[in-house]
Amino acid sequence: MGIKIIKAGLQTTVQDLGRTGYRKDGIIVSGAMDTLALQIGNLLLGNEMGEAGLECTLPGPKILFETAQLVALTGGDMSPLVDGLTVKMWRPVYVKKGSVLSFGAAVQGCRTYLTVFGGFKLHAVLGSYSTFLKAGFGGYKGQALKNEDTLSFNRIYKGTEKLFNWSLDLKLYPELDGEMIRVLKGPEYHLFTEQSLALLEEEKYQITNDADRMGYRLQGAALRMTEAKEMLSSAVCFGTVQVTPDGSAIILMADHQTTGGYPRVLQVITADLTRLAQMKSGQQIRFRLVTLAEARAALLLREKQIKQLKQAITFKYI
Amino acid sequence: MNKIYPLGDSAIVLEFGQEISEETHQLIHTVCLFLDEYSFEGFIEYVPAFTTVTIFYDPLVSDYQATESLLQEMLEEIAETGAEEDTAVTVEIPVLYGGPDLSFVAAHAGLTEEEVINLHTSGEYLVHMIGFAPGFPYLGGLNEKIAVPRKQTPRNSVPAGSVGIAGQQTGIYSIETPGGWQIIGQTPLDLFDAEREQPSLLRAGNKVRFVAIDALEFQMLKGEVDGY
Repeated sequence: MGIKIIKAGLQTTVQDLGRTGYRKDGIIVSGAMDTLALQIGNLLLGNEMGEAGLECTLPGPKILFETAQLVALTGGDMSPLVDGLTVKMWRPVYVKKGSVLSFGAAVQGCRTYLTVFGGFKLHAVLGSYSTFLKAGFGGYKGQALKNEDTLSFNRIYKGTEKLFNWSLDLKLYPELDGEMIRVLKGPEYHLFTEQSLALLEEEKYQITNDADRMGYRLQGAALRMTEAKEMLSSAVCFGTVQVTPDGSAIILMADHQTTGGYPRVLQVITADLTRLAQMKSGQQIRFRLVTLAEARAALLLREKQIKQLKQAITFKYI
Repeated sequence: MNKIYPLGDSAIVLEFGQEISEETHQLIHTVCLFLDEYSFEGFIEYVPAFTTVTIFYDPLVSDYQATESLLQEMLEEIAETGAEEDTAVTVEIPVLYGGPDLSFVAAHAGLTEEEVINLHTSGEYLVHMIGFAPGFPYLGGLNEKIAVPRKQTPRNSVPAGSVGIAGQQTGIYSIETPGGWQIIGQTPLDLFDAEREQPSLLRAGNKVRFVAIDALEFQMLKGEVDGY
């Protein structure tokens, strides 16, 4: 009872909110690139917010439902279809046995999350279902899903195929079309020349084709340090903007290494990681410096909205 | 001089100078032991490195100022009571020497292969940090005579268990990965196993000694590791 992958798509992986507590052992956090989309998907189904789902990357997969199930599609809009018919995102959808979920063109964003009622039946490794691709563990056999792979459901939705015709006020999920990404100064910010720091705020940086779950390499004005300095490796995190010796910037994403030795010029605020995670190669980024207080306020606001949404949905499932 | 600064909106860095030293390492180790013992509200995890400890916290529970003052208090307390006594655990790593780059290392150092092995096994190494890959130790204490630069072109794949040298560092590949270290031997031990209670064999603060073994011992130990 579950799903079967007919076509794997570019990269479809099992992800939850990540594996914490093991960074000191060199074990990366992994987890959904867009954790907000995954959380909302789970909320829509009455699941725990951190239940594992499938992160489908543009172009998305083709999936056969061997069992009927209640699912939700959230995150980037890649024109999802069930049996060739457009299916709505951001709401529970009842998929019949034998139906096929597929994706079309990207309307907005590049990662859609498929969550299912009760979650997928998987084996947790170090407290998480997230796939650690490089080390080959977690998720489904430690790998991205391949053709013919099958995943089982923990539970099956037993309710009638009643219409889930309620919609939600989803103002908490950001508009994905903006290019502005809010950042904080990184630990080595002050080691860069004034000119470079001015460019960082004035110029646009383009995401190159070298962009995946580990990081996005950017193209734009070169960034120079006031003096060449060898750095000792130290911790980095999701959203750290590092500068390599040739002056180009890389933004570290969900599958980044635990430590790095390049200067950390900026740090993307947590609240903007969702929008960053949905950006594609070729898109432009404009950085805007904010304060720690602003970064936290943005996160607190989002948390408040998640709580409201959770309450509204709990009511629906009673 | 100690410095405390943010790494984004959910991490805080304690920096103890810019130089690698045993003293700095001991202080970092003490901070980690302290955090193991006395966690605080919103604490998630810490990552020790050569001269820093980065502490991840939940910004929904605590803010930077509150976390910083808590950590300041902790540092003051540590300063009063002093760093922990050196109680480092020493881990012996058996190595079958004779990797693909042993002859290069010997030639570069102007030594025989046997001398390289002797120098490598006579040292005591400190695990400064685990990073780069799960369970991968950054070891300090390499004899300068056998410090050789990395390979010009990294290999596409280095097997797990490969023991290598890169500049002043020596280390052990914990998983199969691309890499540019000069490989001088192979250990039968699993440096990393996600299913083990302690997934990473080594921890920051451990001491390491390399012990030369022969092919037969390698096979026997490998068999034990693989559970035959």
